[in-house]
Amino acid sequence: MPSITREEVAHLARLARIELSDDELDHLAPQLDQIIGLVGQVSEVAADDIPPTSHALPISNVMRPDENVPCLTPEQALSGAPAAEQQRFRVPRILDEEA
Amino acid sequence: MSDLTRKTAVELSELMTAGEVSSVEITQAHLDRIGAVDGAVHAFLHVDSEGALAQAAAVDSRRAAGEELGPLAGVPLALKDVLTQDGVPTTAGSKMLEGWRPPYDATVVRRLKAAGVVILGKTNMDEFAMGSSTENSAYGTTHNPWDLNRIPGGSGGGSSAALAAYEAPLAIGTDTGGSIRQPGAFTGTVGVKPTYGGTSRYGLIALASSLDTPGPCARTTLDAALLHEVIAGHDPMDSTSIDQPVPAVVDAARRADVAGLRIGVVKELGGEGYQPGVEARFHEAVELLTKLGAEVVEVSCPHFEYALPAYYLILPSEASSNLAKFDAMRYGLRVGDNGENSAEKVMSLTREAGFGAEVKRRIMLGTHALSSGYYDAYYGQAQKVRTLIARDFTRAYEQVDVLVSPATPTTAFAIGDRIDDPIAMYKNDLCTIPSNLAGNAAASFPCGLADEDGLPVGFHVMAPVMRDDLLYQVGGALEAALAEQWGGVLMSKAPELEVTR
Repeated sequence: MPSITREEVAHLARLARIELSDDELDHLAPQLDQIIGLVGQVSEVAADDIPPTSHALPISNVMRPDENVPCLTPEQALSGAPAAEQQRFRVPRILDEEA
Repeated sequence: MSDLTRKTAVELSELMTAGEVSSVEITQAHLDRIGAVDGAVHAFLHVDSEGALAQAAAVDSRRAAGEELGPLAGVPLALKDVLTQDGVPTTAGSKMLEGWRPPYDATVVRRLKAAGVVILGKTNMDEFAMGSSTENSAYGTTHNPWDLNRIPGGSGGGSSAALAAYEAPLAIGTDTGGSIRQPGAFTGTVGVKPTYGGTSRYGLIALASSLDTPGPCARTTLDAALLHEVIAGHDPMDSTSIDQPVPAVVDAARRADVAGLRIGVVKELGGEGYQPGVEARFHEAVELLTKLGAEVVEVSCPHFEYALPAYYLILPSEASSNLAKFDAMRYGLRVGDNGENSAEKVMSLTREAGFGAEVKRRIMLGTHALSSGYYDAYYGQAQKVRTLIARDFTRAYEQVDVLVSPATPTTAFAIGDRIDDPIAMYKNDLCTIPSNLAGNAAASFPCGLADEDGLPVGFHVMAPVMRDDLLYQVGGALEAALAEQWGGVLMSKAPELEVTR
């Protein structure tokens, strides 16, 4: 299994939307490399003819009756929001002034 | 200490039924105990004194009105902070959710309330249930009541420590890779992971959706069984919930008979890396079960050695996906929303500030395992290992009724001992993880104290899917036999905690 570099960890942080400091990258990269060495053992054992198990138990889709039932009010749904406006979540803008 | 806090849930229930004590008195005694010792233990993140006393008063009124109540009505309970409770702060041990009050109850909580169980408050845990020591909580470490310099286990260290400190007779945990059983073993209490899908995950802040299982924690097997019966059963709100009757766990705990039961000792879960005192107590317990009439054989599960690597690929992969919702947009923390940063930058700044080191480590690992070019080599292979482990279990259960092992390779270690060594930390879960990958039922029961350090050792029992009753049958028999030797349950040997206020 290939090891993981500091640059790759920085790339993963961007993918995962986590702003890591240089110190964190220095600390995390060797730890992740060590962990990946351990978990890479899975490639030693599972042959091509073994089917993957995505879930512990065989499950079938369980449908509830399609009935109107009380649900959260807008006030309840927004009660934990960092910011709300006009019964909606208020989020930071996506585009800057020039876009 | 009030005598009421020393009693089991069954004893408290009998006292209430006989009219000798009220739920309000019992609840107040436990709140007083929390006030007296939790400064040193730090089992609780939030104590809901007002809410608990109101619930207790409501149960007392119902009892006074002649209403027929369930066996746990009026008994206090400590709730792991990963389950939502309407209007009560729920953080999952993370700064990301600091101050969040959910607007709804988890199904487990709804069932507890319906049964009249009094919820004292929310217990400390490793952040988003990631950890084996409760050192990864954003709100500080929980201490093991047997030795305050030691960890109580994780991730549900708060729930188990609350039991061991006599702050609550019952508690709820969640088990993704051993987070009920491992702290159970380290604190000398009973911890049960029900069959996956046997208890609802609705309202449980998800870590790894194909592994997470809420379950009961108690100081005795019968108390755990009574709690199991309250919280288990089909839930249409959870599509992975099993639509079958709850196994007869209370009957099994009361029967406590292993005569004729076939018990398999897992060859691969012992030997090198296992503390001698842990192995000694485990083998004594096996001998005791043999004397009680069980037939004991050694069983090989050759793929169990790959459970740990498979788990540490599957869990982070699912966690990286589940935790993507903590993005500062809809609830919890938001950092950098000053009008100068884009939504994407606010997300990154928030997740940097809100997540702790272990959570970041696992999100990175999961992102890596699921990324293009690595998916088949890591995640796909891990899911194949899962198949092999499930097959090991199936073959083993053709020979025996239950499998047994130590619950953990060592007793509780010192706070700080393994915090910078993730692999050493992950190895704590060596014995518990296979049951999560296969979805079967498992539990840890106290089986004595290790000679080296005088700390509790857990006896691990694994039963087939939806045969949770077998856990209680074995645990009950072991507990009764050991209690006869010790003159009470193991917890009665715990040192007295100093009252801090």
